[in-house]
Amino acid sequence: MEEKSVVIRNLVKKFGNFTAVDNISFEVSKGEIFGFLGANGAGKTTAMRILCGLSRPTSGEGTVAGFRIKDQQESIKRHIGYMSQKFSLYPDLKVWENIELFGGIYGLNDRQIAAKTDSMLKALSMENARDMYIRDMPLGWKQKLAFSIAMVHDPEIVFLDEPTGGVDPVTRRNFWEMIYEAAGRDVTVFVTTHYMDEAEYCDRVSVMVDGRIEALGSPAELKETYGAKDMDGVFTKIAGRAERGE
Amino acid sequence: MKEIFAFIRKEFKHIFRDRRTTLIVLIMPIVQIVLFGFAISTDVHNAVVDIVGDASDPAVQRIIQRIDSNEYLEVGNIYASPAAIDDRLRKGKISAAVCFEQNFDSNLAAGSTAVVRIIADGADPNTAQTVTSYIKGVIQSEQAEITTAMTGGGSVSMRPNVQLMYNPAMNSAYNFVPGVMGLVLMLICSMMTAVSIVREKEQGTLELVLVSPVKPFWIILSKIVPYMVLSIVNFVTTLLLAHFVMGVPVNGSLALLSLVSLVFVGSSLGLGLLVSVISATQQTAMLICGMGLTMPTMMLSGLIFPCESMPMWLQVFSDIIPAKWFIIMVKKIMIQGAGFTSIVKEFCVLLGMMVALLWFSIKKFKTRL
Repeated sequence: MEEKSVVIRNLVKKFGNFTAVDNISFEVSKGEIFGFLGANGAGKTTAMRILCGLSRPTSGEGTVAGFRIKDQQESIKRHIGYMSQKFSLYPDLKVWENIELFGGIYGLNDRQIAAKTDSMLKALSMENARDMYIRDMPLGWKQKLAFSIAMVHDPEIVFLDEPTGGVDPVTRRNFWEMIYEAAGRDVTVFVTTHYMDEAEYCDRVSVMVDGRIEALGSPAELKETYGAKDMDGVFTKIAGRAERGE
Repeated sequence: MKEIFAFIRKEFKHIFRDRRTTLIVLIMPIVQIVLFGFAISTDVHNAVVDIVGDASDPAVQRIIQRIDSNEYLEVGNIYASPAAIDDRLRKGKISAAVCFEQNFDSNLAAGSTAVVRIIADGADPNTAQTVTSYIKGVIQSEQAEITTAMTGGGSVSMRPNVQLMYNPAMNSAYNFVPGVMGLVLMLICSMMTAVSIVREKEQGTLELVLVSPVKPFWIILSKIVPYMVLSIVNFVTTLLLAHFVMGVPVNGSLALLSLVSLVFVGSSLGLGLLVSVISATQQTAMLICGMGLTMPTMMLSGLIFPCESMPMWLQVFSDIIPAKWFIIMVKKIMIQGAGFTSIVKEFCVLLGMMVALLWFSIKKFKTRL
């Protein structure tokens, strides 16, 4: 049997009488690039927060990186990487200081941090930017660096929450090359996006509507099922059924 | 543990890389102490008093001598008529004038009343009040002596002898310094902590930290520790300034003073955390701290207006301000030299506030994550 990075069964999350996530189930294999699509307000973020160990499910169960989402949040956090749409490194810290900080947070020792810093900057061709403040960097660089830092502790799975928001097409392409490269190293990539061309790059995608997963499959399968020529068409058809507003 | 040190180091970098923050944290306390201590002083030093009357009159001469030998008063010019007084007051050359009627001494001796008038500048009521009361005191003591002489020793009049304990010179620094210390510590702890946490919320870095394996409690602690350290630095600098520049004594135990301050710092940090939980932007946090914490502290903690002269409902309200209790204790310890037994009540109140605030805000902070 194939190794699973994420296994989710009947996950429900309620806030009061509002059901944000309504009984979803899915699996993500190790090394897979899994696109998590849905309009704003469909429940993506809520589901993702549960998977990252930031929030507890109301009911249902599952595992992330082999740890239960109900009671092993601490272990989950140790084995995942996370990068958010809101660009999030410390702008008033230098590049190496950000790497050092997050390396430290994830329990790396000084030698590991030093080695990581060198290899990371080399891979990003940013050797000269070591002492640069993050606030002075172009957005594309920041994005790539944030992705690398999210994987500073070699996590088994990395969650990317709209990682390419507001980035130009060339940089987005570069960024996806990094994602492929990570998946090639057997890192599971769990990514949300609003760009449907990016959805095409995923191994499989799920589309959430009103808290439920309405469609799940490879881009080719979904296009065939919904009779659309691209993912944009698929998404419009499925998300068009939404009853919930934003 | 290593994670925490990485965090704390980072927090210090935030503080020292932002010039505004550094300025607020390290310079503001000094400026405030100096401002309050010197500029906003209500002390009266060497108030110049003009005399109007017959300088050859023996009773007038005696009073002039008494005024001159008073350490807070100084005799200016002596005029025969009050015409010049108005101009002298307007130009700020004098604080007050004392006018004696003609034949002052003989009127006194005749056993009837002699009239003396004190004119002071009411545009500055505080100074006017103080100066006139000094002059009244001088005249009263002269009168007492005359009465004694005339009745042959058997004085029957009762004369209050006011003695101000602990602050005989009515030095306003004694009042302001504890207040400013309270204000500074509260500002640094509450506002800076709140703003630094909310800034991370805005940047999105807080989220990144929260998905890390570091426990929320440690995140809070690492946010608190740097401001605590800075508060201690500020406590020491304000204390040194107060003592060596303003001449405010430290009569009580320094250890007790430090302990009290630490409890106060703790309660302020709790307030700061609470503000950070309820505000979404740095502006909101600043506003809440400014209007919700600093203003009430300045107005109601007894720093500017004495709590005793407030209406009852405001007094009750002032009881919930941590700074009030802190300031009371600092005054008792620094100026009266009081020991722990005399501040037990205030200490317990403040300690209770600290525990409640910290407990509540940490709980709130965790649930918000």
